[in-house]
Amino acid sequence: MARIVGIDLGTTNSLIAYMDGDAPRVITGRHGRALVPSVVAMTDNGLIVGDPAKEHLVRNPERTVYSVKRFMGKSLEDVAEELTYFPYKLHEQGGVIRIQIGEKTYSPPQISAMILKELKLRAEEHLGEEIKKVVITVPAYFNDSQRQATKDAGTIAGLDVLRIINEPTAASLAYGLQKRTQGIIAVYDLGGGTFDISILKLKNGIFEVLATNGNTHLGGDDFDRKVANLLLKEIRSRYNLDVEPYLDTMQVVRLEAERAKIRLSEERKTPAVIELPAGKGEFRFELTRDQLEALTRDLVEQTIGPCRLALKDAGLQPPEIDEVVLVGGSTRMPLVRQRVQELFGKVPHSELNPDEVVALGAAVQADILSGGTQNMLLLDVTPLSLGIETMGGVMSPLIRRNTTIPASAKEMFTTYADGQTSVDIHVLQGERELAKDNRSLARFQLKVPPLPAGVPRVEVMFLIDANGILNVSAKDVRTGQTQSIEVKPSSGLTDEEVERMISESFKFAAEDLKARQLIEAHTEAEAILKATEKALGLGGHLIGADEIASIKASLAALKAARVTEDHRAIRARIADVEKATHHLAEVLMDSALKEALQNKKLSELP
Amino acid sequence: MDQTQKTPTKRTELQMARSMCWHCQSEIHGEYFCVQCVKVQPVSKELDYFTCLGLPRLLNIDTDVLETKFYELSRVFHPDFFQNKTETEQAISLGNSALLNTAYRTLKDPIRRAEYLVQLEAGSAKDIRTSPPADLFEEILALQEDLQEFRSAAPGQDPGHMEDLRARLKTDREALERRQQDMESRLLELFTKWDSLQGRAEQDDQLRTEKTAVLTQMRALLSNRTYLRNIVNDLVETIG
Repeated sequence: MARIVGIDLGTTNSLIAYMDGDAPRVITGRHGRALVPSVVAMTDNGLIVGDPAKEHLVRNPERTVYSVKRFMGKSLEDVAEELTYFPYKLHEQGGVIRIQIGEKTYSPPQISAMILKELKLRAEEHLGEEIKKVVITVPAYFNDSQRQATKDAGTIAGLDVLRIINEPTAASLAYGLQKRTQGIIAVYDLGGGTFDISILKLKNGIFEVLATNGNTHLGGDDFDRKVANLLLKEIRSRYNLDVEPYLDTMQVVRLEAERAKIRLSEERKTPAVIELPAGKGEFRFELTRDQLEALTRDLVEQTIGPCRLALKDAGLQPPEIDEVVLVGGSTRMPLVRQRVQELFGKVPHSELNPDEVVALGAAVQADILSGGTQNMLLLDVTPLSLGIETMGGVMSPLIRRNTTIPASAKEMFTTYADGQTSVDIHVLQGERELAKDNRSLARFQLKVPPLPAGVPRVEVMFLIDANGILNVSAKDVRTGQTQSIEVKPSSGLTDEEVERMISESFKFAAEDLKARQLIEAHTEAEAILKATEKALGLGGHLIGADEIASIKASLAALKAARVTEDHRAIRARIADVEKATHHLAEVLMDSALKEALQNKKLSELP
Repeated sequence: MDQTQKTPTKRTELQMARSMCWHCQSEIHGEYFCVQCVKVQPVSKELDYFTCLGLPRLLNIDTDVLETKFYELSRVFHPDFFQNKTETEQAISLGNSALLNTAYRTLKDPIRRAEYLVQLEAGSAKDIRTSPPADLFEEILALQEDLQEFRSAAPGQDPGHMEDLRARLKTDREALERRQQDMESRLLELFTKWDSLQGRAEQDDQLRTEKTAVLTQMRALLSNRTYLRNIVNDLVETIG
């Protein structure tokens, strides 16, 4: 069985992890960082992802996409309120959001696929093997469209998504594995863009989700926005300057707001510094934790309602929760911890890195699927009720929220007119009474034989699989014949669109590779220039003048090559510098060794 | 003498859909996996939830035993363990798991359990309609009127009158809640009665008549209880 890896595809950051023996491990990149910022930039040289793309947020705001997870499986109408906050342009096509970058448009799954590919590459470099099969996590409160969009993203990235699992439950797997906990736990997961609460029962390796609730549009992004708005207001009043038209400065403000917020988890006050446009100079502002808490208290409060609902659905009172586990970067905020502690009446656990625990859990689930871990089993639930529209525009639930998945429900359909040949079925998800207030998942036409009204009997099976994704099948009860149903998702990509995006992604792959190689060459050139100049400073006196001259010449050549876009030329010059400095490196090593020995007393030597 | 009467047989294994393995056609005697080819077998769709979870058709259930059995069968059928198997096996695992989950959810909750049993024993699974308790008919009519008036009251309505209305609704709510609890304890009595009837060795007309009577009483109680619960929910939503 080929290796299966686990991916946390986050709003702000993404990670990839695998099972190393019997412990899950996140894969770090070249610079030792496990987090890959979920940012994609379209440069003139192609596409870049992660840390280097983050730099383009300010340089190239209209062509740099961040927080794309907020748009997964959504229509433009769903996100209308927050559109003004994003520097890139959005429109809609076939019920799916498209992100306009230059001449081209991309669907959110396509952008997510770019992030997934980056993670895939990282894992392949680390593990030295091709990665095809993955488990991807999603917020527990993601609906069918959002889950399907995530699966599509995997398919577009050329991955076989074996399982979509919920982030809080993934976290519980990692937590349970490490702590060997038994009993009832609550996982409070406040990430960059989403909030989930899940209540689980852990018993002899079974992780049974009792209830889940949340808000897929509430997270760190919203906290940043509150701080950013305060800064913008302050700039306006102090300088009479509207920053909104300056997309690059808007990004500077957003990023500075995020940094200040993060610092305020440790400190009581922190400066925010912003270089203003239009020659207005530098804006300095001191933000206090009290101010931050006053700004964001209502957001934290919005997480409490879902927690209460989840408790109610699980039939539990707060004291019956044995342990509370915090997940997601936003749970580092003292105010969040304090509120969670107040609600559950116990100190929440935060020993596991809240940024990594979800990816670690995904790796555990991947290992279960590959047959490695056998004693653990996750029994998850569907977060939202599934139903169909019935007479008078009413939602008639078939599978209630918090039902353990896989879950199925059967419904019998017949005709109301003689000779009627089809029945329209509208599938909904949500908790509201009226069909129109719920999310429309899909519509399809059931084919029925032309018979007198009421005679045909077609049984439709609605099945929510272990991914929380709906499958529909139908059977004519009279003939026993099954019929395949083409379900048109209300806001999702059709199969043909996904196919097209896969082929496009291969077409762009060559271009993207070029961009990646160039970035890597640039990064390496920077590093070697810095290191060589330092080495010359330290050991210049230890080598001859000729050697110094040849090293300096090789450095000059590299500096000249660095500004080009030819990664091969840059690589060649890097090799030249390495050759020229080979002796210097040896000399420095020797002297360092001597120095180390000199600093020791004789008695300390072996 | 009725020779065809069956005594409830105790089975440790589930009844499977076919007596023949779908894959290698070997004979199957209720095993989850074919003895010959080790392929998972589909659970019969006609299987009742009690049998599915290896329990006798009783109403007082040890929920710990139920949970243990559910976990045990989840470990057998969950799709997680069929990832490397063929598509057919994956589909069987999915179907079996979905059925198992429904069975567990139904039996875990005493009300759902009772409703299920009443329908099961009735043969052609007739729905339990919700209906008001006959003796409360007048009160409920009056209450519905009050509720309607309270809901449609304009903001400027006489506050004194509105307070009276609210107080009346609150009293009604408390009375109905007490009645609901009363019904639930009567249901529990019937649970015990049913279980003792199920335990009787002799299978005669007398027993059948008694069983039918218990089922009829339960059906009426369940239907009234659901009706009351809906009204109480309405009241809670309206007056808090």
